[in-house]
Parts: sequence; structure tokens; C-alpha cells
Amino acid sequence: MADTLEPDATVSEGLDRRRFLTWVMASPTLMIAARLGLDVPEAEAAEPPEGATTALSLYLAVQTDGRVVTTLPRTEMGQGITTAVAMLVAEELDTALDQVDVRSAGADARWAIQLTGLSSTMRFLTGPLRAAAAEARARLVTAAALRWRVLAHTLATSHGVVSAPDGRRAGYGELAEDAARVLLPAVSSQPRPVSRFKLVGQPTGRIDARDIVTGATRYALDLDIPEALPTVVARPPTLRGTVQFVDDASARTMPGVVAVVPLGTGVAVVARTFGQALAARAALRITWTPGPASALSDADIRTRLRDGIGPRPLPPLFTTRTIEGRFDFPYLAHATMETQSCLARVQAGQAEVWLGAQDPKYAQREVARALGWELTPWRVTVHTIRAGGGFGRRFFTEAAVEAALVSRAIGRPVKLMWSRDDDMRHGHFRPASHHRILAYLGPGGRVLGWHHRAAIPTVELPHGFGDALTALAGEVLPKVTSAVFFALSQKLPYGFGWVSQELRDVAIPIPTASFRSVFTSQVGVSNEVFVDELARELQVDPVALRRERLTSNRLKAVLDKVATEGQWGRSLPPGVAQGVAVLEEWDSAIAHLVEVDVTGGTPRVLRIVIAADVGLPINPKGIEAQLQGAAVDAMSTTLSAGVHIDAGAVREGSFADYRWMRMKHVPSDIQVHLVRSDDRVGGVGELGYPSAAAALTNAIARARGSMPTRFPILDEGV
Amino acid sequence: MAAHQFILNGQTVSVEAPEDLSLLWVLRDVLGVTGPKYGCGVGVCGACTSHLDGEAFRPCIHPVGGLSGREVVTIEGLGAQGLHPVQQAWVDEDVAQCGFCQPGQIMAAVALLKKNAQPTDADIDAAMSDNVCRCGTYVRIRAAIKRAALLLRSGAGGG
Ligand code: FES
Ligand code: FES
Repeated sequence: MADTLEPDATVSEGLDRRRFLTWVMASPTLMIAARLGLDVPEAEAAEPPEGATTALSLYLAVQTDGRVVTTLPRTEMGQGITTAVAMLVAEELDTALDQVDVRSAGADARWAIQLTGLSSTMRFLTGPLRAAAAEARARLVTAAALRWRVLAHTLATSHGVVSAPDGRRAGYGELAEDAARVLLPAVSSQPRPVSRFKLVGQPTGRIDARDIVTGATRYALDLDIPEALPTVVARPPTLRGTVQFVDDASARTMPGVVAVVPLGTGVAVVARTFGQALAARAALRITWTPGPASALSDADIRTRLRDGIGPRPLPPLFTTRTIEGRFDFPYLAHATMETQSCLARVQAGQAEVWLGAQDPKYAQREVARALGWELTPWRVTVHTIRAGGGFGRRFFTEAAVEAALVSRAIGRPVKLMWSRDDDMRHGHFRPASHHRILAYLGPGGRVLGWHHRAAIPTVELPHGFGDALTALAGEVLPKVTSAVFFALSQKLPYGFGWVSQELRDVAIPIPTASFRSVFTSQVGVSNEVFVDELARELQVDPVALRRERLTSNRLKAVLDKVATEGQWGRSLPPGVAQGVAVLEEWDSAIAHLVEVDVTGGTPRVLRIVIAADVGLPINPKGIEAQLQGAAVDAMSTTLSAGVHIDAGAVREGSFADYRWMRMKHVPSDIQVHLVRSDDRVGGVGELGYPSAAAALTNAIARARGSMPTRFPILDEGV
Repeated sequence: MAAHQFILNGQTVSVEAPEDLSLLWVLRDVLGVTGPKYGCGVGVCGACTSHLDGEAFRPCIHPVGGLSGREVVTIEGLGAQGLHPVQQAWVDEDVAQCGFCQPGQIMAAVALLKKNAQPTDADIDAAMSDNVCRCGTYVRIRAAIKRAALLLRSGAGGG
């Protein structure tokens, strides 16, 4: 991916390769906006752009109490962006970390890109954030210089205070109003060199930790919107089934029930408490029309995907031997800890929704469309709320649409919650897939080619993906379809001769969504598993084979790191083995070494060693958390958690049967080592999934002596 | 509809609610106590974990009837002055990601440490494996429990 998405090679300050603009926004206290300057020639970069109110990247405001409020078109879902952002602002502005607040913006057309995904937040925002904060600092210093009638460059800043050599001091809060009126900063507004960073790069605890541990953090359903009524929806047994007939006579008479509202997707029950709404939901008698997938079960889907692969292509010239690997991946539910949920108030021709959204503009558009307001979407206000996990699921906003419809129907605010079984059985899934990988060998064990064909049900990409990818790539892309995204994202980092990777989009009427690392969660994983198979075939050590064939020095460096730290090749008892795998994506590189014990029947992960090169590690502690979490995600979905389809219905309904890793399954040590090849900011959120899954699979293959080809590995079903 | 009287976070409360309404909804929807989260409603995820008479329990499967006079503590009632040592350990180890499971995790950990001041890895596995963390923070939860055990033994706080 790195090859395609890197816009150019000029590294300014060694940190951000793109230009960005800052300007002062009209406000009583100092407020600075910033944006990427992709389309702006360098000469103009100092001027506020025409129509400065459009295409914002972010803004920050210095308040009279000295607090700095940064507003971003991004959503905190656990990935730690608010902490990393606050660190950058505190660093450039020379203030204390606890003086910085970070807020998620509501849906607004002014935001150039308002999508939280593609591991892009810090890659997009580091440059503009640093520029905005440095600009703010320069103006605060200038305001103090004017007030004290001294030369600005003699002044110093620290901990949110400007001080003069004669001992005079003024807090940022006291200067915030004057600074808003400074015409031109009298000191440099350039961000400081990375080498002078004091806070950025230091392991730092989350700024929201205290709220979380005291239970003070508010998710959508915890908000105190007066009179908002608990609401649940009865949903069809099959995916996308519809209501044929509903008898709500007994449900309506149950205690606490306020209303029963039929929706296209099901039947909503509004009550005084969720407990009563759930009880009344169970009392509804509904005849359903089966959904479009009701003729399909796992075996049919697998057959269709296998059929989608087609015949083998002709091998390259001089091929003496072809080895083939076939892999099956299951549908996956994102299973965010907080189920889909939304608060909505629709009244007097206006709608407000409170939603943990990864794409608030899409939420706004979808709610407007549901309400028949396509032409006036601004009547819908989307308040972006912290979410209890996202992983790609919250690009979709069914709960917001349902909540808005119910609120309008009953003329009162509602809080709508998907029950856990709704969340498992409806909505959108990481698609299943089938893969055929062919490695072509020539005389003397030379690798002449690598051909990967993946049959994957069409992935419904979020609507903001196009904009975001365009900005990442630095060029306007065609409509971003599955095929375009596949081509952009799937790269093989090996010198394996003639390499081709192809997507076969298979139409299967089961709703899909991207999942942590999108296609790489299948394509990248199976490639790395098959590299080990190739090593077995060639009778070489899998680390040695990778070292020899990898085309990226960053990958070689992280591989060497895990091999050393994890003592690759150390002697282990029978039934215990190590596995490795690598990945370069999102401008970052990573390697995993996993040790697994298969003597007990069920594989047990003993140890995970990770080495990652994410360029400048803004918050090493947060990066470590993401990589540890992604490893657990990978363990869960590789070993035991997968979704089964029975006649168009999802079998799993909770964490009882969707077997996510628990405390007892996870090793007490998941080590993370950071390798830093340069100061670019690489993505982290999705980075840690694919090579963790592949290294685990490789370890199991080595321990058992046979390569797993169907996931999740412990699936005893069908 | 009957009135139910019990002690919540140190205060006597009285609520009108049907007998069979689960305590989770009494807490969240009637009393506005939102620390305990809904993660499954059937007792398999641990997101609602709180304490009943000092023991970890799951309000989502516990009807409010029969609570009379008993003592319920939610995350809000922990560490009345400042942070409880377990909360402090959670901050120090930087455990949370999305945070949604963490009130339940913390309440489960407090209950464990009350019974077992020096839990082994196996004890932690046994006590904590019914609390799901979708974000995968288990490594840090384990470290935080061990840190909290030290804090508690050294007499810090005591919550
Ligand atoms: S909500 Fe109570 S255990 Fe899941
Ligand atoms: S921190 Fe997100 S579920 Fe545990």
C-alpha cells in the first residue's frame, strides 16, 4: 500500500510530506484553523485561502481560562487519538497536557474529510495540528510583546505562560483575546524540529483514563437528554427480512410500553425502561418475509466463493512445479462492546442525533434521506459521541435512522439500542472469502511467480472512503469500489518474480462492511501463511526466506527485531512452536512472532513479540495498546470467533457463542518493540491485525505439522 | 408496581418498578446511574458487573424484586474520596481503550482482590474470564490487578 499512497518524496521537517495552511478564525479569543494544502501552490501557503470557511482539517481555540480546545472531524472509539492529538497541541503550544481538551465535531460540510478509518487520523492531522498550535503560540507571544512593549523574540513560553527576561509573566488565558487581534506574528510560527520534542514520543497515559475508571465517560445512551425514551426494535430472524404482519395487541398492554412503531427493518417498541421494551418486544407476534439470503447457508456460500475463483492461469515460462494453497475465511461480526445505539430528537422539522459515528456526514445524509429531507440535510444535526469500539462497524448508521424515524413517529426523543443479538445477527459483516494462492517454482527452487486470487463478496465501503483515500494518495481517484481499493491496498512485499493479485467480487446478498485492515485481514493473512508453506516446500527457514526475499528494508528491520527479541529458533518442547509474519501498510511496518502450544488440543498462545516501525511514535503507550488489542482481535478471529450463516440467518447471538478471547486465553506478555526508521507518521489502528493472525497460524502449522486453511481454526461447525 | 428499597452506593434508595425488572434497567433508566453498561443483558459479558453485598454480580440478570435492604455498589460508588486503588492502578497501567467494558472489569477486580489479596495468574484467569473486553486490553488488566494488589497491601487508599 505504501507505494501507491505515498504522494511524493519531499519530507518537510521529516514529519509531514504535505503542505498545510493556517488562519485565524473570527472569534473573541484566539482561534486558529488549519487545513491540508494539497491543492495550494507553495507561494500562497501563508495567505488565508479563499473561502477559508470550507475544507477545514481542524481548529483550536485558546480560552480565557487558558484551556486549549481542539476540535477535530474524528471520533474517539478507543484508539487513543484524543490523547495523541492533545500531546501534539501541548508540545507545539508549550502548554500542559491537562490544559488541552479534544472534541469531536458534529457533521459539517466544511470538514474536508470527516471519516475515522483507514488508520489515517494521525497521518492526516499531525501536520495541520502542529501548524495550528505553532501559529497560536506565535500569536500569543506577539500579543504579550505588544502589551509589554518588548521585542517578541526575547520572550519565552512554557506551561501555558509567556515570560519576559525581566520576570513579567502572562498566562495564555490572559492573552487569548489580544492574540485574536494580532495581525502578523512577530516570531516564527513554524513548528519546532522533532528533535526538540519533549512530550511527543514519551509514553503517555490516556487523557480520558480518569473518566473511564470512574464511570463518568458518557456514551450515546448515557447522555441525559430529558424525556428520551428507551426503544428497541424487533428484527427478522433472517438478514434483511421484512415485516409481513404484526400483532402487537398483547405487547401494547405490557407494563411501561409507550408505543409500538412499525419500521421497514422491523417493529420498534418504546417503553419507560429498556427492560420493559425488551419484554414487550418478545411479546410481539410478527410474520416475517424471509430476507434475500434465506436460501444460503455456509456451505452454499463457500461453494459460490470457490466457484468464483475460476481456472488456473498459465504458469510463467520455465515453471517446473506449482504449489497451491486454498484458504477459507468466515464472516465476522465487529461485535463492538457498545452495541449500535443512538439518541434522537425529531421535532418541528429539525432532527438531532447523538451518535458514535465513524462517518458523521454519512449519518446526516442517511437520516435526512429517511426523513424525506434529501434536499435539506442541514436540518439534521449530528452530535458525534465517543463510541464503545468501532472497527469499521460504525461507518454504518442504521440505529440513527431508526431512532430518527421512531422519534418523529411519536413526537418525543428516543434512545434506541440494539440488543446484543441484534448487533450480532444484523447489520454488516466482514465478508467471508476464499483464496487460491499459486507459487510457481523453477529450476533450483527459484520462485518465478506468485498468483493470488481472492473471491470475496462485495465489500460495502463507507461513502467517505473516496475522499479520504484521495487525500491520502494525493490525487483524485476514480470512484472507490472494492476493486479500486483492493488494487490500491494489496501489495506483496516479496521479490517473487511475476506477482499478480486479483479480486473476484462475488454478489452475495449479505450486508458487509470493512473490518480492521479491510482486505488485508484475508489477503495479507493468507499470503503470509503461504510464505511459510513455500519455505517448507523449499526446506528453508521461514525467517531466512523472508530476509532473503523481502523488498522492504523496514520490514527486514522489524523482522530482525522480533527474531532477536523473541529468540527465533530457540529449542522448544514437542508441540510448542514459533511462527512469524510481517506486514507493511498505512506507511508503517510490523512483524509478529507468536509462540503456541498445541499439546492440549486447543492451541494456547504462550507469548507474542511485536516489532513495529510507525515512523514517529507520537504516544508509544497508545501504540502499544493498539497493537496489543489488535493481537487479541487476531487471536480471537483466527482461533475461535466466526459467524455462521444458516439459511440466511446468523447463528451466533452473543459472546457466549461468538467466542472472543477471554482473560484466560491471552498470554500475560504481549511485548511491543518500536523501531524508528524515520519521522513520518504511520498508521497504527489496523496495522497490528494481519501479521498477528498469520504468525499465529504459522506457529500452529509448525507445531502440528500441517497448515491450517480454514478459519476460525477451532471451528467444529459444518 | 411495588416500591423497592435498597442501599445504592451508600445511600438508601426507593424505586417504583415491577418486581421482575432487572436491576440494570432500574439503575440506568430509573435512577440515572449509567456506569454499569449493557453488553448482552444475559449475563455473559460482564459489562454491567457491580457488587451486591460486597460480591461481584450481574445486574442485567438480577431482578430488582428481592433486593430489599441489600447493598448495591456500582462503579460510581467505588472510591468515595478520590480513586480506589484499583482505579488508580487502572490509570497507572493505562488499561482502557474504548472503555466500555472497564467499569465492569474494575468491579470484578475489586471483588477478586477483596477475597484474595495476592491473586496468581490462575486466580486472575478464573475471576476475570467472564468479562469480555472487545478491545483486547487483557494484558494491561492483568498488570493493573497485580499493581492494585501491591497498592492495597501497602495500605494506599483502601476505598
Ligand atoms: S450486560 Fe450484564 S453480563 Fe452482559
Ligand atoms: S476497553 Fe473497549 S471493550 Fe474493553
